Amino acid sequence: MDFTLLLFFILAATAVATALGLLLSRNAVYAALFLVLNFAAIAVFYLLLGAPFVAMTQVTVYAGAIMVLFLFVIMMLGAEKLPKGEVLPWQRPLAIGAAILLFAETVLLLVQRVRLTIGLPDPGTWENSMDSLRQMAKMLFTDYLLPFEVTSVLLLVAMIGAIVLTKGERVGRS
Amino acid sequence: MTLAHVIEWLVKGLVWVLILLGGFAYLTLLERRSLARIQVRIGPNRAGPWGLLQPIADAIKLIFKEEFMPEHADKLLFTLAPIITLTPALVITAVVPFAPETANLNLFGREITWYIADLNVGVLYIMSIASIAVYGVVLAGWASNNKYATLGGLRSTAQMISYELALGLSFAMVIVLAGSTRLLDIVESQTEMWFAVLQPVGFVIFLIATLAEVNRAPFDMPEAEQELASGYNVEYGGMKFALLFMAEYDKMIAICILAASLFLGGYREPWFLRDTVLGVNQTPWLGPLYMFIKVFVLLFGMIWVRATWPRIRYDRLMAFGWKVLLPLALVLVFLTSIGILLAEQIHPAWLWAVPLTSLVAGLISIAGIYASLRSKEYARA
Repeated sequence: MDFTLLLFFILAATAVATALGLLLSRNAVYAALFLVLNFAAIAVFYLLLGAPFVAMTQVTVYAGAIMVLFLFVIMMLGAEKLPKGEVLPWQRPLAIGAAILLFAETVLLLVQRVRLTIGLPDPGTWENSMDSLRQMAKMLFTDYLLPFEVTSVLLLVAMIGAIVLTKGERVGRS
Repeated sequence: MTLAHVIEWLVKGLVWVLILLGGFAYLTLLERRSLARIQVRIGPNRAGPWGLLQPIADAIKLIFKEEFMPEHADKLLFTLAPIITLTPALVITAVVPFAPETANLNLFGREITWYIADLNVGVLYIMSIASIAVYGVVLAGWASNNKYATLGGLRSTAQMISYELALGLSFAMVIVLAGSTRLLDIVESQTEMWFAVLQPVGFVIFLIATLAEVNRAPFDMPEAEQELASGYNVEYGGMKFALLFMAEYDKMIAICILAASLFLGGYREPWFLRDTVLGVNQTPWLGPLYMFIKVFVLLFGMIWVRATWPRIRYDRLMAFGWKVLLPLALVLVFLTSIGILLAEQIHPAWLWAVPLTSLVAGLISIAGIYASLRSKEYARA
């Protein structure tokens, strides 16, 4: 069996297992940590696909910065223990129904569109040079400049919004 | 990829971990002895000549201590946290080269390089590992189920996230100057001139931000002993404590290696020795020696800083990170890019605009800090 294929299946199992752990864990800290592992597994997927930049960004931004903030908030509020029982009783059947629908759709698409050729790009084609990074940067700043800038403005707006919301009224100060 | 590859990686990784282990042991001794000198004490001098066996005595003591577990601690995470803390400190230096490619050894018919991994995204790898390193401390604090430990962990998260931004931007300056994210390219492009000379204020920002990242004095808020007993590691003892301690010192070594590689030319000789017999091109085996000297000087600097400066107040720490370092680093990235562009388009001498503007920006921000510290409003806050 191909080494890459073996790696893929191990990773896929890890990703699915950590996603399940995230959903089923009754402790919010553990759920957050499962999500970190999930992000890390996905980062290795990107590496397998020959996109080291995306992989490293995935780890830095999602597994690192964002999840640390999640953990921070969970620990700060002491909200790690989830309440027993359902808060929204109608939520569970709805979620199960939606999940079945999504799964059926995925299977249908996979069978119809992709002929399930298990051929991953060979990681050997990932040449250890700066070229792929340069190409990506060039694309980002020429062909996809507008979406790139729009995204950055969007993030800026969100950031300013968060600051304004958390600032609160200044009372008693000129 | 063959079996020989895997064996090579394993052996190199093992050797490197053992070097870091020994470095940790003797760094603690160096720190204790130097601190004692600076504070006009004697320091540990009983075990062996000049106290050289002290780290071994400490290790034996810690191994034979009882492994206890706080009653209401989260058992799994309490055990895992020291491991999660230590691992990033050990793996972050995997991409750093310690000698030029001309110094490659020839063993068993294979060419052995002086680095463990050669990644084209080396700097980004360092960034990602650094951002993972936050988890260990915060989990150690939370899993202890102790309010002081949790507070220490939370403080460290806030501090590390805040200073990671300035750190990332100082990486960006290096990437712009070198035109590559590969560590070998970055080191080689410092043959002409070290980046610490080209971007002095960027280097200072890197040093400050890394000090805050590894929670060293004067940014050792997570373990401020007057306020938090000992912070995130207060419930730990025995080998678990030793692991946390080892992580702290290995992180120090790691960031000094990174500072040396990114700003001080790594294994390259000082630029004025380039064409002499002391150059790395002429005598390649000098590379690791240069690296060691640079790392040693930086480590001693960190110890010196700890002995000299008091801990910075928490609100000022945050204000400094967000209101001074981050904007300054952004400006410096901009100035560096402009300097590079002018040097490429007009004349190479424009490169010297980078250190000039960098110093001016640094001086302006120091003046700003001085003015704001003198203003009455800040003093009351």
